[in-house]
Amino acid sequence: MLLSLVLFALGTGLIALLLLLNSQLQDKFDKNLAGIDLVIGAKGSPLQLILCNMYHIDAPTGNVSIAEVRPFLNPQHPLIKTAVPLSIGDNYKTYRLVGTDHRFPQLYNAEIAEGDLWEKTFEVTIGASVAKDLNLKIGDKFFSSHGFILDDDLAHDHTEPFVVRGIFKPTGAVIDQLILTNTQSIWAVHEHTETAEAEAPHNHDNDAYGNVHTPLINFPDKDITSLLVQFKGRNYQALNMQRNINENTSLQAATPAIEINRLYAMMGVGEDALRALALAIIAVSGLSVFISLFSSLRERRYELALMRVMGSSRRKLFALILLEGLILAVLGYGIGLLLSHISMELLAGYMKDSYRYTFTGRIFLREELYLLGAALLIGFVAAIIPAIQASRMDISTTLAEA
Amino acid sequence: MLHTANLRFSYTGAALLQFPDIRCEKGEHWLLLGQSGSGKTTLLHLLGGLLTAHSGTVQVAGTDLSRLSAAKLDRFRGKHIGIIFQRAHFVKALTVAENLMLAQQLAGVPISKSRIEALLEHLNVGHKLHAKPDRLSQGEQQRVAIARALVNQPAVILADEPTSALDDVNCEEVIQLLEREAQAVGATLLVVTHDGRLRARFERQIQL
Repeated sequence: MLLSLVLFALGTGLIALLLLLNSQLQDKFDKNLAGIDLVIGAKGSPLQLILCNMYHIDAPTGNVSIAEVRPFLNPQHPLIKTAVPLSIGDNYKTYRLVGTDHRFPQLYNAEIAEGDLWEKTFEVTIGASVAKDLNLKIGDKFFSSHGFILDDDLAHDHTEPFVVRGIFKPTGAVIDQLILTNTQSIWAVHEHTETAEAEAPHNHDNDAYGNVHTPLINFPDKDITSLLVQFKGRNYQALNMQRNINENTSLQAATPAIEINRLYAMMGVGEDALRALALAIIAVSGLSVFISLFSSLRERRYELALMRVMGSSRRKLFALILLEGLILAVLGYGIGLLLSHISMELLAGYMKDSYRYTFTGRIFLREELYLLGAALLIGFVAAIIPAIQASRMDISTTLAEA
Repeated sequence: MLHTANLRFSYTGAALLQFPDIRCEKGEHWLLLGQSGSGKTTLLHLLGGLLTAHSGTVQVAGTDLSRLSAAKLDRFRGKHIGIIFQRAHFVKALTVAENLMLAQQLAGVPISKSRIEALLEHLNVGHKLHAKPDRLSQGEQQRVAIARALVNQPAVILADEPTSALDDVNCEEVIQLLEREAQAVGATLLVVTHDGRLRARFERQIQL
């Protein structure tokens, strides 16, 4: 009985965990699509380009110069509604620093909770999770470091520190985990690193990069990581643009929706295998419920015969055994659900550490209700034959055997 | 109270058993004697409605058992017929008191703890109220089985070799209690046995 229960809990738990993981993953991916039609960046893996620039979980494919992407930055471009520049590659305590402009938070409908958007070089506006996890407040200063990992040797500490100018409200999208600044800040940090000269600190506002609102087009020799592009309309020409870029330029363009579907398809294999395993476990547990009920009938046949002698009808014995199967199923389902939510919560902690994405075990899905139905059905199927057997038992022969 | 007429039964492939007509009146105590294989237990099962006769009738307290539907027969048995077996069986997971309560509940009789306590007290097993049945000695188990057969104040008590597993002292005690309690509820008692020790105690006897 215990074994059947454990198996049942394991099977339903695994299915529930897959459901939880899947729904949240899909939710994250969908939320972060942010209406972006095309990502333009350096050549490489299109999936990497998307994962890096839209989901902020992979490394950049490389940098592209402003000169190369100049046509897409033109506000008069006939097809492009917006092209938001991103400069990625630095972090503060593993939270990514992204150089961009004020249109980036608009993509995610991010609103300011406190303070303001960055206005000057070395000012940052931070996502809600960053503020919470690193306990950063308006006016706090910090040095960024190169790459995406914690490493003091890579700190850009010979430049001016970044200053927190504002904090966003939580959005549930990736922007919660980002530190946003202007593109020029990222350039400034790296220039200092590259030249490493003991230059006196200077006023960046009126410096080489001018005002933060100076169009990037004015710096053709500078690099950015990518452009997030929204089309004016999804017409034939717009769709052709991706192919044109990939075939005729040194740039790469990738469509988020297509790459994410490709990712789903790849993950889907593993997921299908896990689901098949879970279903096999559930089937075995159903069989185990059946076997244990059936063999316990042999042990308990005197008890059951006795209950008939005491006035219990056949139908009552049938219901009794059936109920045992159903109770076992519900109990297994309950334990399984508990297990799945606990492990989802544990997994969420791990994923937050490694991907900066927040998952939770504290949500409940409609599918879990369907799972209860399936569990009851399995309990019913496993118990029906033993129940019939119990109700058909010949009490006279059973008692005479005693 | 317990009447049979032309009762016949045969197990598949076995010879036909023919039973003498029985007429036990209210409050009478009867002994039914027979060798092993003479069909004693079969007769007792027929009388208790555990088996259905091929022909003939069994009347308990004026009710013809063959006229009852299956579920009604189960209910009738629980309420009006108390059966004691050679070896006492219980629902192992339940205590002595709970087994007796189950007997009341399954028969559709209101549960009365005071009735159970008084009955067990009367049978000298009052202190075993909350014990698990398999913790009891055989003599105690048989007494609890008697209590269970009596708890619903049945019209008829059928006992199948109630003493053959017991030593002389326990045998004497159990049969005394059985007679006394049957008398107390005014039930008709039929003891089926091959146990020679009981022969002298019963005036009314049937030989198979």
